[in-house]
Amino acid sequence: MKIALFVTCVNDTLFPGTGRAVVDVLERLGHQVVFPGGQSCCGQMHLNTGYPDRALSFVEAFTGVFEDAEAVVVPSGSCAAMVRDWHAKLAARHGRADLAERAAALAPRVHELSELLVDVLGVTDVGATFARRVTYHPTCHSLRMLGIGDRPLRLLREVRGLDLAELPDAAECCGFGGTFALKNSDVSAAMCADKIANVERTGAGVLCAADNSCLMHLGGALSKRGSGVQVMHLAEILASTA
Amino acid sequence: MSGPGSMPAYVGMPSFPKAARDAVADRRLRGNLAHATGTIRTRRAAAVAELDDWAELRESAKQIKDHTLAHLGHYLRMLEEKVVEAGGTVHWARDADEADRIVTDLVKATGETEVVKVKSMATQEIGLNEALADAGISAYETDLAELIVQLGDDRPSHILVPAIHKNREEIRDLFRRTMPSAPAGLTDDPAALAEAARRHLRAKFLAAKVAVSGANFAIADTGTVLVVESEGNGRMCLTLPETLITVMGIEKLLPTARDLEVFLQVLPRSSTAERMNPYTSAWTGVHPGDGPRSFHLVLLDNGRTATRADDIGRQALRCIRCSACLNVCPVYARAGGHAYGSPYPGPIGAILSPQIRGIGSDVDASLPFASSLCGACYEVCPVAIDIPEVLVHLRAKAPKKRPERLAMGAAGWVLASPRRLAAAQWSAGRARRLARFARVPRAWTATRDVPVPPSTSFRAWWAARAKEEARDERP
Repeated sequence: MKIALFVTCVNDTLFPGTGRAVVDVLERLGHQVVFPGGQSCCGQMHLNTGYPDRALSFVEAFTGVFEDAEAVVVPSGSCAAMVRDWHAKLAARHGRADLAERAAALAPRVHELSELLVDVLGVTDVGATFARRVTYHPTCHSLRMLGIGDRPLRLLREVRGLDLAELPDAAECCGFGGTFALKNSDVSAAMCADKIANVERTGAGVLCAADNSCLMHLGGALSKRGSGVQVMHLAEILASTA
Repeated sequence: MSGPGSMPAYVGMPSFPKAARDAVADRRLRGNLAHATGTIRTRRAAAVAELDDWAELRESAKQIKDHTLAHLGHYLRMLEEKVVEAGGTVHWARDADEADRIVTDLVKATGETEVVKVKSMATQEIGLNEALADAGISAYETDLAELIVQLGDDRPSHILVPAIHKNREEIRDLFRRTMPSAPAGLTDDPAALAEAARRHLRAKFLAAKVAVSGANFAIADTGTVLVVESEGNGRMCLTLPETLITVMGIEKLLPTARDLEVFLQVLPRSSTAERMNPYTSAWTGVHPGDGPRSFHLVLLDNGRTATRADDIGRQALRCIRCSACLNVCPVYARAGGHAYGSPYPGPIGAILSPQIRGIGSDVDASLPFASSLCGACYEVCPVAIDIPEVLVHLRAKAPKKRPERLAMGAAGWVLASPRRLAAAQWSAGRARRLARFARVPRAWTATRDVPVPPSTSFRAWWAARAKEEARDERP
């Protein structure tokens, strides 16, 4: 299958290893990955911070870049949810019926990584090996907007050598929330501290999630307090072969 | 058309982040909140899981409310007609001041200087107790938690459990200090505390000639008003006094009594996690020789008509004040209810207060941002209010500070062009050693390290790989 990668601006700029891992996994499974160079951002930061007009321009750009793709993979639950839940709605609210229609037609072909693997490609064993104790944090948008359910866990359970530890209160938000982390930094930090305490309780050496933005927040706090727990995107664990 | 409403007792509240800072630092408060919300959250989930048709009930509740809101004028006129037919009097209040004046005048007309109250969000919204006090009338709250708040000269911090921020020891100390009838050896045993409150209140009930209540529902085609409660204090207030004054937001209406089938299932399970609440009082006008001799229904707008005019925001008016959203909210659990600067705390307050009051003040401009948009509130809402959607909608309307506008503009400009994005990534990669000197806001760095930008962005890596592959393929 020919799969277009929407790497997301955050991964592109700060976490390119996640994009490379997605390419590794999909190519290992015998698929062709393309990276349309005209892509940039899904518009979520602007929408959620209160700048919907600017967000609309990203809807337009994203739709133009990806609408001919057979399938689009997004290594971020949050950005995938933005595209699927918001793009057509945002265009319609701006009176852009044509764009809304194109965005709505594209939406069902946009998949978060674990959705693509499990639902579209029908695999849970991607041939990965990763011999460490890992705990998984289901990020809010992947859980409640996309509804990816236990797909990431099903993928992780098939990874050779991986010891999966259940995270207490897993479904509770980590406190990132985009610009919330800055605008309400005290509450955000308190939520983060509680999440980290639960992570450390599992005894895992690696905290895994399907969103690097949440992991940037959690990882930043873990490193600040000198914790030995490392954060890794789901794609990076699935790409690992040793 | 009515303009924005007001909440007189909450004028001049600080912005949410500022108010939340103290609450977050208060370990005892956070402990009380985490324990209380955690317990009720688990119980609610179990109560809801018992019903196979929960999703259908939720959809019905949503549709009944949407239908009523769409035809609100029609049903309100019907309600007025039926209440009057049954011997009641209906008053229309455009805003908090008008509602306060109506109630104060009604109490004055009875010649009484004391009223008993059933817990009511609407009367807190309009600051009725303060308005009555200004007129020399004492209002006694009779709901246990509301009494605790009143005795402590405090403010409610939760819709259902107004004193959730207090633990048993704090309540015992408060009763010992403020309740003359409290026994000398009062312990913090919940039963003992409830008994002390019962003795204290019994005298008030028996003496009261006037009661003020809110309403959970009103039935348009019969003129019936309902109060749903757990303690029985409401039943006493609604039946013992001679005059009953009910203040009700105009959105509390249901078309017919059949609609209660849905709401009397979803409300108790969502709020107290009970299959059925202990006391449901329903009354229609007045009946000679039975209950109050005069009944006044004050229909309160206070910004609701303005809220209803907003296509996206109006869903907030479906709210039945169950507080399920508060109990699952990670922000509420850490910031507490007072930070929301309104009798309506938590996620629902963050969308209701700025709409009812307008988005002008510091606190109202900050409330739409008092959420990580995690969506837990929407998931549990029994009338399916998409709170994150309304929050995002209100964020667009909120006033923005210039530095933020500039930063968002700059980010938008860079991201709008893949070429500019690549250039920015290249520069960041070159300057990565300087990253620790970069001007990242302290709001981030106080508790979190900053990621060091990689030397190569994904798109640069991809371009290099493509070039290499092209070279390898060349003959």
